This record gives sequence, structure tokens and C-alpha cells, in this order.
Amino acid sequence: MKSFRLELDPSGRDSPWWVTVLAVVLAFALVAAFIALTGKDPGAVYAKMLGGAFATPFGITETLVKAIPLMLCGLGVSLAYRIQIWNIGAEGQFIAGAIAATAVTIYLPGLPGWVALPVMLVAGMAAGGLWGLFTALPKVFFNVNELIISLMLNYVALLGLDFVVFGPWRDPKGMNFPGTPPFTDAQTLPLFGDSRLHFGLILALVAVVLAAVFVQKTRWGYELRLIGANPEAARHAGINLKGHIVLVMLLSGGLAGIAGMAEVSGVAHRLMYGISPGYGYTAIIVAWIARLNPFGIVVSAVLFGGLIVGGYSVQTLGLPSSISSLLQGAVLFFLIAGSILGKVRVRWN
Amino acid sequence: MDETLSVELRGLVKQFGPVLANDHVDFQVRKGEIHALLGENGAGKSTVMCMLSGVYRPTAGEILLHGKPAKIHSPKDAVKLGVGMVFQNFRLVSTLTAAENIVLGEARPVWRTRGWMVRKTAEIEALALRFGLGFPAGRAVWQLSVGEQQRLEIVKTLYRGADIIILDEPTSVLTPGEADQLFATLVQLKNEGKTVILTTHKLKEVMAVADRISVMRKGKMLATLDRSATDEREVARLMVGQDRQEPKARKTRKNGAVLLEVNDLVVTGDHGRHALDGFHMTVREGEIVGIAGVAGNGQKELAEVLAGLRTWKAGTIVFRENAWKGASVRHSIEAGISHVPENRMKSGLAGSLGSIDNLLVKSYRTPARSKLGFLRTARNRLWSQGLVEQFEVKTAHIDAPVHQMSGGNQQKLLFAREIHQRPHLMVAVHPTQGLDVGATDGVHNLLINLRDEGKSVLLISEDLDELLLLSDRIVVLFGGRVMGEVTHEKADREHLGMWMAGVV
Repeated sequence: MKSFRLELDPSGRDSPWWVTVLAVVLAFALVAAFIALTGKDPGAVYAKMLGGAFATPFGITETLVKAIPLMLCGLGVSLAYRIQIWNIGAEGQFIAGAIAATAVTIYLPGLPGWVALPVMLVAGMAAGGLWGLFTALPKVFFNVNELIISLMLNYVALLGLDFVVFGPWRDPKGMNFPGTPPFTDAQTLPLFGDSRLHFGLILALVAVVLAAVFVQKTRWGYELRLIGANPEAARHAGINLKGHIVLVMLLSGGLAGIAGMAEVSGVAHRLMYGISPGYGYTAIIVAWIARLNPFGIVVSAVLFGGLIVGGYSVQTLGLPSSISSLLQGAVLFFLIAGSILGKVRVRWN
Repeated sequence: MDETLSVELRGLVKQFGPVLANDHVDFQVRKGEIHALLGENGAGKSTVMCMLSGVYRPTAGEILLHGKPAKIHSPKDAVKLGVGMVFQNFRLVSTLTAAENIVLGEARPVWRTRGWMVRKTAEIEALALRFGLGFPAGRAVWQLSVGEQQRLEIVKTLYRGADIIILDEPTSVLTPGEADQLFATLVQLKNEGKTVILTTHKLKEVMAVADRISVMRKGKMLATLDRSATDEREVARLMVGQDRQEPKARKTRKNGAVLLEVNDLVVTGDHGRHALDGFHMTVREGEIVGIAGVAGNGQKELAEVLAGLRTWKAGTIVFRENAWKGASVRHSIEAGISHVPENRMKSGLAGSLGSIDNLLVKSYRTPARSKLGFLRTARNRLWSQGLVEQFEVKTAHIDAPVHQMSGGNQQKLLFAREIHQRPHLMVAVHPTQGLDVGATDGVHNLLINLRDEGKSVLLISEDLDELLLLSDRIVVLFGGRVMGEVTHEKADREHLGMWMAGVV
């Protein structure tokens, strides 16, 4: 009788690109089955989603508005993943950035626009970076698992947000709405025309280009590449692994912090309860779909932004918008399964 | 003694890619004896044992157990047939207790009550006691000493009903006292009628405990001897071989200036013991110094100290008249020490990156390769292409991941990188391990060329043929100390073999 066994391929090569495509296709197929179970036509639902996200000028700008934080957070986590630091704390780093940027509006209310916005940006970036540092330092000094710390810090940031918006920073004129007073014009990012699309898009694209240049062209980027490919070989080249972990987590958190600043200053125009619908988590999928490539992140961020917006538009068909969460989860599931199964070889005995 | 055979191997062959690990091995073990399988590292002992215990499958040949042909497809089959193996690196779950480790993998019962576990623990303790293998069965494995863990592994095989017990390099992890205790246990096992096979490269142990000795070298089984009818000298000679190659014409620079001087070096190894303990040596310009010795006697740590990867506890290192203050990889690179590490894919190359990135590893900080923090991409590509051609590295494409190359080409790439640094000293650790004959010659020529240019090489190898062929001087390491030192002209295989085995 022919039997087979499964073996792990020790060479650790990357799974081919079509595994990513297959993962996305399978995710849509799986969710289609769920939609069919509700009695709706999956084709019609997907067409509605696509239309809602990409067919109208309003849909497109909304998609881009959602893509901005995904791009920045995705870029941030991708830097950490390059050196095999599993930062899943972009959500907390995003919130920390949003809180710090808002703090500028609360404590320095009178600043003119050309001062207020840069100060808010720096504050948001610094707070996100600090949040990243909280993950990096225990990792470097005590070898504490970064997955656990970065995840737990998300809840710390979230509770911090709840504290300020329900407590000291709550708008006295807001009729008990858990949010700060609205930002002044000097504290809000410029908009494109009369859409909701804001200047954060430029920030995100600049960050993407800078990251691409640094990662591909500089000595620092080379060191990241070497650490990511083989940390032991990097150690033999005299590269300081711990220093790199600290710096990368500062940048990773800083980028998510910028996203938080852009969200309060460009979209919400105030800090409020539930400021992030999970951008920091979705960004993890965005980074992996793009295989950590900075320009790929632009594409996958727009796709996932479209998924969120499309999720809203299917509500008119009587489906909940959480259909997009379902899709996100399915995509991640198949991606991870693909990257693990891609390492397994079937051996026929 | 019983003359019936417990184990018989007939014409066993094992091939790993291009490497022939076992070449028609015939091997017989009698029932109820302690049989030692002796050979240098890489001689193929472990491969034989792994086939016997179902970890590997033979490419060709036959295994007979108790006179009957046995089909061993997996470790499970081996256990069913009464073969138990104690690996060099223990297969234990450190957070579980000793008894839990033993019952691990047992199919029944599904529900394990506290009472069941208590009964099992008592049963295991009784079994251990019968063979004089005391250890606290209720204690977590991480709290046990290495010797106790090994006893646990032996009891595990007994519990599963093994009557043929294989121990792979059992003493390599033990202190001398623990080793004596192990030997007492092995004799006890023999008296209970078990058959014991152990692999080792330590002569003294073999002479102390084995009934019969089989010697392997370079994948071949050379001879099986009765301990009572042989002596250390004969076994050592067999182990290291006698065929002596004609040395090539050499251009040694007599009395070159002192390049490296190491004195009273003490280095702590990964296991916390002193890996180097009062080591000393001198390397002069334009010579190849061979470091001989069986693995685990401090060679790895010596190479790591010189490469700046490991700190030392005491002693002095003077390189080109500069006394070193501390370990720093960058300092070592800049001082002109290149390092060909033992495992090229583990620590030398980044397998998923292309040739350019791998060639840049040691030199990307230099002005020729980068400027103001930016890599000189176009120039580096040309430079890499030049090196790949010069060193005849065969690669599908210069950007193709290097794990796609053959071992020989990977090593050429590594040498291209390390030689391009124009090192004063090259530390090469097992540089020809796993390479075929042609690639080995290529590496040898590179080392000889370095020497002829007036550079120095520290060649760490277990292959005596290689050391005798290339070295101007050979230093033998044993237990972290210099066991002996001899010049090329006076080198004599027999003495080297004795030194390597720790016999003065």
C-alpha cells in the first residue's frame, strides 16, 4: 500500500506569489458560502461591495480615507516584520498617537495652523514611537515575547482613550457624547476639494516612498534585510541586533502614531470613543498581503479600505457591515495557512 | 557469551544528496554484549544508528534483528521491534515530570487520573531501580541534572520494552563522574541480558567498557575487534587511517613575524563549563596552522573568540601587536580576520538573499561599497559579478537566492567574500565539510594560495588527511587545552590520533 508522510522543508524559502492570490480567492469563496446561507446571491453582494467602494467619486474618496491609516500602520508593522519582530501593537500605537495629537489641542489651544499641525504630528509620532519602545525594551533586555507585550499594550492604550474621552477631556457642550471638543480649523488637516479626503494621504505616500528608498538603497535597509533573512549571519557580520530592534520599533510605532494623528486631525476632527475600527489589526493583514513591500502596501491598503467601505454599502441589502470583518479574517486565515502549508512537502513512501 | 546475533547489517548504504554517508556497511552485534562503534565525527556512526532506530531509511542494504529481516520505516517500528535509542540531544519535554515524559505517547487510557499517574510513577521508579538507574521520577525534567536526564532516556527505552539499546555519543554531555556511573549502568544492562550499542570517539571509554569494538572511517566499516585482543594503539591507528598523501610543494616562510599570540585563554562554553581552559598558541605570517581535535573540545569557541563573537574570561590575545580588550565582531573584521564558519548556511550566508547581498556581508560598510549611508548599488552589482566569475561560482542568476546553489558553490561564494577582504588571518572551520572531491580541492587551493601570498590560516578541522595535507604546524586540542603540537615534517598520524583521543 502506498502511504505518505508530511515533512517540513528546512530551507525556509518564501511561498510563491500565487499562494497570496489563492488565499484571497479562497477567502472570498468561503464568505460567499456564508452569504449563500443567508439566502442572498453572493455575486450580487460582491458586486454591490465593489460598486460601493470603487464606482462613485464618493466611494473612491471614502476608500482612500480608510486606506490612509491602513497604509501608515501597515508600513509600520512591515518594518518590524522585516526583522522578524512580530509587532501586533499598531492599534495601541495608533491610539497613543491620536491621544498625544489631541493633547496638543487641549493644552496648547491657541497655536496658529502652521505651528499646531507640525506639533501635533510630532507629538503623535513620538507617542506611537514610545508605545513601540515599550515593546522593544523588554524584548531587548529580558527577551520578553513581543507578541504578548504589544498586544497587551493595545488594551492599555484603549483604556487610556476611554479615560480621557469619558473623563477630563470630554466636551462639556457635547451632550454626554464621549469625545473631546471639536478641533479648530488650525488643528485640522487640509482637505482635497469638498471631499473628506485629507492631507494625510500625502503624508502616507511620502512615508511609503521614504520607506522604500531606505529599505532598498541604504546600509540600514541592507542590515534589516540581512537580519530578516538570517539573524545569525547578521551577528557574524557585526550587526547590533538589539539596537536595530529598538530603532525599528520606534519607527514602527511612530508610523502608526502618525496614522492616529491624521485620523483625529483629518477625519474625526476630535478624539472620540472608538476612534479606530481596528485599523491596527487590519494593517497586519495589509502588510502580509503586500509581502512587506512598501508599494505593495499602498495597493493592499486601498483594497482593504474598499472592503471596509463596501461592507457599509451592503447594509442596504440587509446584510451587516461586519461582512467585511468576516472577509478580513478569512483572508488572514488562508494567508497564514498558505505560508505554513507552503513549507510542508508530501513524501510518498 | 551468547553467539547469537541481535543486530546484523548487510551492505547498508545511505546517501544524502551527493554525500555518501554510509558505504556498504556490514555490522554484527551479539546478544548481550556492549558493542562500541568508534570513529571520528563524520565517519558515519550516527547515520548507522539512525537507520537502526528508524530515523533514516537506508538507500540500500538489509537490517536483520534477531536473525530475521526487519522493516524499520519509522522510530515507531523500531520501538515495536525492541530497539531503543538514546540520542545525543535528549528528546524530553522540560516542563513535564520524568514519569510523564516516559508515558508520553502511550495510547491508553484516554483519561489519566491522578491515581493512574501515581501508579505509573511507582512502576517507573521500580523499573529504574532494577537497573540501578535512580532518578526522581516525579520531578520536572528541567530540574534534573544532565546525567539524570540521560538515565531517564535509558529508562524510557526500557519501559517501552527495548532489548537493544543504542546510545549515540552518550558521554559527550557528561562529567567524568557521571560517565563512570553510566558505564556501571551499561554493565548492569548487559547483565540483565540487554544488548548495548554505543557510538563514541573517545578511546579510553571504549577500552573501559566495551566487549567488542567496531571502527568506522569515512562511511566505511573497517574492522570489528575483541577488546581483549587489541590495544589503544591499534584502535587509534584504525580510527585515523594510514594512507598518507604526498604533501604538495610548499613555500613556507620560515620565521615569519608573529601575527597572533594567544596565552592562557579561558573561555566559557554554552553549557557553562570552560570550553577553553588555559589554551595557548602562536600563528606566524605565511603559515597554515591546523587545529586538530574531536568536535566539542573547544575548537568552536576558539574560532568564535577570534571572530569577535564570544568573550573570554581570562588570558591575552595579541594580534598584529595589538592586545585585544574585548570581543567585537567589527573590530575583528577591521583588524583583518576573516571567518569561514562551521555551518555556512546557518551563520555564513543568508539563504533567501542573492549573491550580491551575501557578498556584501563583511564589506558593506567600506567606502567602496557604500557612501553616506547609501549602498552603491550599480557598482556593487559589477563588483559582485566580478567576484562570482573570479571564484567560478556557478549560479543561475546573481540575484537568485543562494540556497539554490550547491554546497560547493555556496562555499566558493563564502570564500570569495572572505578572501576579498584581504585578511591577515583566515579562520576556517571545517571548510570542506559536506563538499565533494572537486569542491574540496578548490577550497584547499584557495587556502594554499592565501598562505603563499604571506597570509596566515587557522584551519580547524577533524579531517586528519586535510590537516596533514595543508598545515605547516598542527596543534591538537583536547578538553580545551593543547594536547600536543607538531610541525608538518614530524607529524605522525598515530601520535595525532592518540592526542585527539586524549591519550598522552
